[in-house]
Amino acid sequence: MPSCLNCCRTAVDQRHLLWEDQLLKRLFVKGNEAAAMGAIEAGCRYYFGYPITPQSDIPEYLSRELPKLSGEFIQAESEIGAINMLLGASACGVRAMTSSSSPGISLKQEGISYMAGAELPGVIINISRSGPGLGGIDASQSDYFQAVKGGGHGGYHIPVLAPNSVQEMYDLTMHAFDLADQYRTPVMLLGDSVVGQMKEALVPNPRPARELPGKGWTVRGKGGGEQRVVKSLFLGDGELEAHNWHLHAKYQVMKDKECISEEHETADARLLVTAFGSVARIAQTAVALAREAGLKVGLFRPVTLFPFPEKALAQAAGRAGRVLVVELNTGQMVEDVRLSVGAGIQVSFYGRPPGAGSLPSPEELFEVIKKQYARASQ
Amino acid sequence: MQQVFKRPESLKDVQTHFCPGCHHGTIHRLVADALDQFGVQERTIGVASVGCSVFLYAYFDIDVVEAPHGRAPAVATGVKRARPDSFVFTYQGDGDLAAIGTAEIIHAANRGEDITVIFVNNTTYGMTGGQMAPTTLVGQKTSTSPYGRNKAKDGAPIRMAELLAQLGGVAFSARVAVDSPKHVLEAKKVIREAFGYQAEGRGFSFVEVLSACPTNWGSGPLAANARIAAEVIPYFPLGVFKKEEVPL
Repeated sequence: MPSCLNCCRTAVDQRHLLWEDQLLKRLFVKGNEAAAMGAIEAGCRYYFGYPITPQSDIPEYLSRELPKLSGEFIQAESEIGAINMLLGASACGVRAMTSSSSPGISLKQEGISYMAGAELPGVIINISRSGPGLGGIDASQSDYFQAVKGGGHGGYHIPVLAPNSVQEMYDLTMHAFDLADQYRTPVMLLGDSVVGQMKEALVPNPRPARELPGKGWTVRGKGGGEQRVVKSLFLGDGELEAHNWHLHAKYQVMKDKECISEEHETADARLLVTAFGSVARIAQTAVALAREAGLKVGLFRPVTLFPFPEKALAQAAGRAGRVLVVELNTGQMVEDVRLSVGAGIQVSFYGRPPGAGSLPSPEELFEVIKKQYARASQ
Repeated sequence: MQQVFKRPESLKDVQTHFCPGCHHGTIHRLVADALDQFGVQERTIGVASVGCSVFLYAYFDIDVVEAPHGRAPAVATGVKRARPDSFVFTYQGDGDLAAIGTAEIIHAANRGEDITVIFVNNTTYGMTGGQMAPTTLVGQKTSTSPYGRNKAKDGAPIRMAELLAQLGGVAFSARVAVDSPKHVLEAKKVIREAFGYQAEGRGFSFVEVLSACPTNWGSGPLAANARIAAEVIPYFPLGVFKKEEVPL
């Protein structure tokens, strides 16, 4: 504990004590490393991956650290190999992870669909990059649809978490493992090179204490007990329909219980800027510029992209009356925003296709906000 | 009365869905025999592939993970790394292992994963209706090679057992057939030997089993067996191609 333990007596002092305590524990790390550290803190000891920019810090970190913890690190022959190693390890009940970036995530979609179908937990970190095709390595939000609308075949969903800081790269990775075990589902952390490559202060919080269901379903060798089978094939009359209704019911529970969002200055806002991930980080500065200029502008940031925080967004949008969605693509999340806020709210969109030089600055977003705000005031 | 023959403990007492004359039932039995012999049924995790062998869990009384098409060696890698004390085998067909799954099998083998792979080569895609496989013989007519496999355009059939024998991580690689009682007995011995490598933690073991698909070959079971002897074995010679005598 810090040395001021004996002198800090008031509530304010106690807050200072807490702050100083955290200060002493702070690390200065890259977002990708923070995610890898969060995985280890969450109990993940199995990692399977393949090199791709801008996420290679994650396998590099884990190739160094997992052997020290008696874990397993495999650099797989492909993204397809890696996701299927994750499938196999997860079927055995251990916490396991893979990571990649957009083109590699496309290759993993087959395995993600199988894991969703077989109800296997697992964490997939996507430090996405711009496309289509080989595209570029720049910050991008063009894989929103792929992440939240299923990605692979078969009409499934997986929880998608969108960190906007190094701290969240760490905290949300731990949360992803809990969601995966809670709902027996793959979970994706969707970032980009901004949150993956930047360095910030990180408080390495302890793993959250969440009561999770047991894993009686895992394969282990039947050992005299009942046979256990992990599969996604359902051929019997009505079996697959029932299975899909079961999955659908899980998504409904997630929508009720697992939405996370963050709001800044929304109480009196007349324009609600809505953005996620790295763009929300830039938008937060733009909103601060707007406030300095006397404009009543707030920021709504979905942290979970699936389940999408429909209710919280509808409330904040209802208060403001006008929404400006900002994305680093030509319009993807904006569709979910429109569905959430309903027909009575004016929703406008500012987006740019990702690529070198297309990441907007806070000042550029401030100019967009000023125009939209002027319309809101008319 | 002394019982001299019975169903292996590792097989369920059920009828299979396999076609008349299909060798999957025979091969299932040989694999189950080997599991029984090593006493590993209770700690075995089988990895099923996509094809007629997908119903592994319906016939084997063991824990099973179903893998996507061709990915069984990668899934088995994850299983074995997560549970190193378990006994892990994959059971894959020729389309699964030698076409869509070539990357997974070659790299699992090259890493020397401590698993056993049973590779059923019947020179065709059985479940999807008899299309050309990577092992279809030159000249063989299938539903997607109606004029016969053309070596100039389709390439030559892949000899997986020989190919894998070249890799450093492979401890045991062999090819057997189940077209005659003599070959079945030899296959039984070789499959046991392969499982023995895993039982001793000696690395990757692989057995290719030449088998019949009378339905898609358009022949009766006896004619299918005769074809294996007359046409398939001459191209896919039986034998042990690699056998590490000392642990890798």
